[in-house]
Amino acid sequence: MMKRFMRGAWFLPTALILGLAFLYGPILSVIIYSFNESQLVTVWSGFSTKWYAALLDDGQVLHAAGLSLEVALASATGALVVGTLAGYVLARFKQFHGRTLFSGMVLAPLVMPEIIMGISMLLLFVGMQDAVGWPVGRGIETIIIAHITFTTAFVAVIIQSRLADTDLSVEEAAMDLGARPIQVFFLVTLPLMAPALIAGWLLAFSISLDDLVTTSFVSGPGSTTLPLVIFSKVRLGLNPEINALATVVIALVSIVTFLAAIYQSRRSVQ
Amino acid sequence: MRALFRRLGLRGRSLVIAAPFAWLIVFFLIPFILVLKISFSTTEVAIPPYAPLVTWADGAIQITLHTGNFDYLFSDWEYVAAYLSSVRNAAVTAFVCLLIGYPMAYCIARSRPEWRSALLMLIVMPFWTSFLIRVYAWIGILKQNGLLNNLLLWLGIIDQPLEIMNTQTAVYIGMIYAYLPFMILPLYSTLEKLDTSLLEAASDLGAKPLRTFWSVTLPLSMPGILAGSLLVFIPAVGEFVIPSLLGGPDTLMIGTVLWNEFFSNRDWPVAATVAVALIVLLVVPLILLQRAQERQEARET
Amino acid sequence: MAASVRDTQPWLDPAAEPHIKIDKIVKTFGDFTAVDQVSLGIHKGELFSLLGGSGCGKTTLLRMLAGFVVPDAGTITLGGTDIVPLAPYERPVNMMFQSYALFPHMNVEDNVAFGLRRDGVEAKELKRRVGEVLELVQMSRFARRKPAQLSGGQRQRVALARSIVKRPQVLLLDEPLSALDRKLREATQFELVNIQEQVGITFIMVTHDQEEAMTMSTRIAVMDHGRIVQVGRPSEIYEFPASRFVADFIGSVNLFDGRLKESFADHAVVDCPDAGTELTLAQAVAHEEGYELCIAVRPEKIYIAKADAAFDFANRLTGTIKDMAYLGDSCVYHVVLATGKMLKVTEPTHGRWADQPFAREESVQVGWVPEANVLVGA
Repeated sequence: MMKRFMRGAWFLPTALILGLAFLYGPILSVIIYSFNESQLVTVWSGFSTKWYAALLDDGQVLHAAGLSLEVALASATGALVVGTLAGYVLARFKQFHGRTLFSGMVLAPLVMPEIIMGISMLLLFVGMQDAVGWPVGRGIETIIIAHITFTTAFVAVIIQSRLADTDLSVEEAAMDLGARPIQVFFLVTLPLMAPALIAGWLLAFSISLDDLVTTSFVSGPGSTTLPLVIFSKVRLGLNPEINALATVVIALVSIVTFLAAIYQSRRSVQ
Repeated sequence: MRALFRRLGLRGRSLVIAAPFAWLIVFFLIPFILVLKISFSTTEVAIPPYAPLVTWADGAIQITLHTGNFDYLFSDWEYVAAYLSSVRNAAVTAFVCLLIGYPMAYCIARSRPEWRSALLMLIVMPFWTSFLIRVYAWIGILKQNGLLNNLLLWLGIIDQPLEIMNTQTAVYIGMIYAYLPFMILPLYSTLEKLDTSLLEAASDLGAKPLRTFWSVTLPLSMPGILAGSLLVFIPAVGEFVIPSLLGGPDTLMIGTVLWNEFFSNRDWPVAATVAVALIVLLVVPLILLQRAQERQEARET
Repeated sequence: MAASVRDTQPWLDPAAEPHIKIDKIVKTFGDFTAVDQVSLGIHKGELFSLLGGSGCGKTTLLRMLAGFVVPDAGTITLGGTDIVPLAPYERPVNMMFQSYALFPHMNVEDNVAFGLRRDGVEAKELKRRVGEVLELVQMSRFARRKPAQLSGGQRQRVALARSIVKRPQVLLLDEPLSALDRKLREATQFELVNIQEQVGITFIMVTHDQEEAMTMSTRIAVMDHGRIVQVGRPSEIYEFPASRFVADFIGSVNLFDGRLKESFADHAVVDCPDAGTELTLAQAVAHEEGYELCIAVRPEKIYIAKADAAFDFANRLTGTIKDMAYLGDSCVYHVVLATGKMLKVTEPTHGRWADQPFAREESVQVGWVPEANVLVGA
């Protein structure tokens, strides 16, 4: 049976390996050249860590990084709350008035061009300032609200698919054994969702940390996040300091993803 | 019905729905309405830089809707061209992503179960890495004295550096690169569910592998192809970062036009009009995507 | 221990008040009527089965008892109080789920203790009761395991322990044995009955497996299209099916349509064109001549003999063996009558012989006593 498929068997793995090389090659090149001595990013002249030292001296970058972390922590947490509710509603309440509108609004930010999200959020904040006097100008609050709004979608999707996979009768069993709805949620539903909650929070965190376009619209003077700094530097051309910064970010993300993966596989073994 | 809710303790149910619903209406729906509103306004040197639609004059409420922005949009060839080339860029991106992503997704779906989640992780990982940094990486690769040209020159394949950076080609490469995972994931999830005994049945009934692919695998993976293509196409139409970093004078994308209207010309009403036109352009694909997702949900329950 | 309801049969006493009274309960989903005007009385200590095919409404009825589905009309009283307005967590009723629905993030002990904790049972008492019930289902050794580390049979035991530890007045069981393999299922059937008699809780069980219902139940309610078509002890349901549907659904049966020829004080004669002859019933039929009716005969009540053998039965037919199968404990014959009707006959294998006593295409006689005929209506 398998033999017949064997003739073309080299094709798929080759395609996969080439595809993965395509995905990882650029990232690797950034990492490798962050250790390049030369100011010219793409010409190798020797190993050096001087760009990392330069990074540590760059007050603007450090300040922006701090701000970005603050924004990402706050918005990932906010998105976790709103997104968990939204995902729960999508998975558990199959019929209510406005469900189509609701699911459309939850999921649209997944694909909506960010530039539209950006301009519409900005106009909202301007309009709100006009109408209710808040927020005054733009700053960290407006960035956080905007980030919560579009990262909610990612959390909701993860929560929804996790809930769709869990046996509804487990919740019924809890209720049958005397747990009130609120107890069912906290004693059964929430613990079962834990891996999805962690994954959702991490995803929201990394998207928020990385966001450029929406942030450009809703940030004000004094609230320059890391992507805004990187973007303005990159527009001026290659910069070995950016390579060093990129390497730090990639390392952080890899470690977190790796830890999350280990946690996940530990759980599934138990 | 009310009795049922009370009995199941579902008085909280409406609250659970209402909380995220309210958030989304305030921070997602209303902003869109505001964009629509401002698109009917005119620019002014003021804060905010647009004229109010509703004015109070001589004891009467006056609502002024300027349709001039829309006329302007359709009369100026640059806008129309930007829309068309955005759609073309996004479509080409989606198609090439499909060509590259399909064999990858298929290979993962057919690999040994214990490898699958690791391979899938490899596809998702770049998505967790900064988007901006991944686009930045291509500058180093594609530019005049970049890694690609250096490699090709060293190999003796070319003797003049290729002009890729700041061209349409660079934009294509960047967009395909950035959006590839969005294509692979939905393709994988449909291909993974594909019953291999169907392929064996087709082959048992005398179909050669290629025939089996065309008449069994491909039609059955259509939902994944549709979802993946839309997930790539829709955000790609409004892409801004990639054309502005990798593109050159010949790249025309609606995202860049909007950005420039807003930040360089400070013409908020025109920027809002461009956004409205972009949303209108995306309504059909968005509805298609929602339908596809609902069908998927219906199949799974 | 008090006398078992299996012996006292309180349902025969019209004055005995049932523990659970279901009165004209109705549930519709859209334009589909899942449960249609069902009334039932179930007595304390019974192991009552709701038996029927998929979509007959048995699960909906069970879920209405648990409180997960709210009836459109009708009442359910438990020990005299109406439980319809009560939420699932307020009812003195527990359920054992088909999927077992064990909490995957809790170990066996915590799963079983869950319900007691909700009631605020104090720690010492809780520990004692959990230990006791785990002992009862022989799962004490696995108290610290997570559900994922248990076999199917062990999970079933934990689910049972969890649902009886609160000492509910009624335990609802949704296809309790369907996830077990055949051997284990047979052993567990008896064990479940033993445990039920030890704890003295009324069990109401939903099943589609007639053998399971027959083995375990005090009484069975056969359901079809949202209605109850017959209620009775397993032997009543089998030997005296009230309708064609029940006769056909429970076990295997031969049905003959016919018209009443003559009714006497203690027997009746029915003209059955299918059989090609008249059949004799061991009961009077209070209808005029020509009344259309249907007669059911179980295959194991039919005797089979060689064509030339001496054979004396009130109901005697001849035919040809078309098919036969040796099942070990019995043989099944498909005998085609001269009228073309196919008759199923089961013969126990009393003797031992390597070859079949009959051959394919052999002419045979079949016959049965009048008492074997059951009148099941038209």
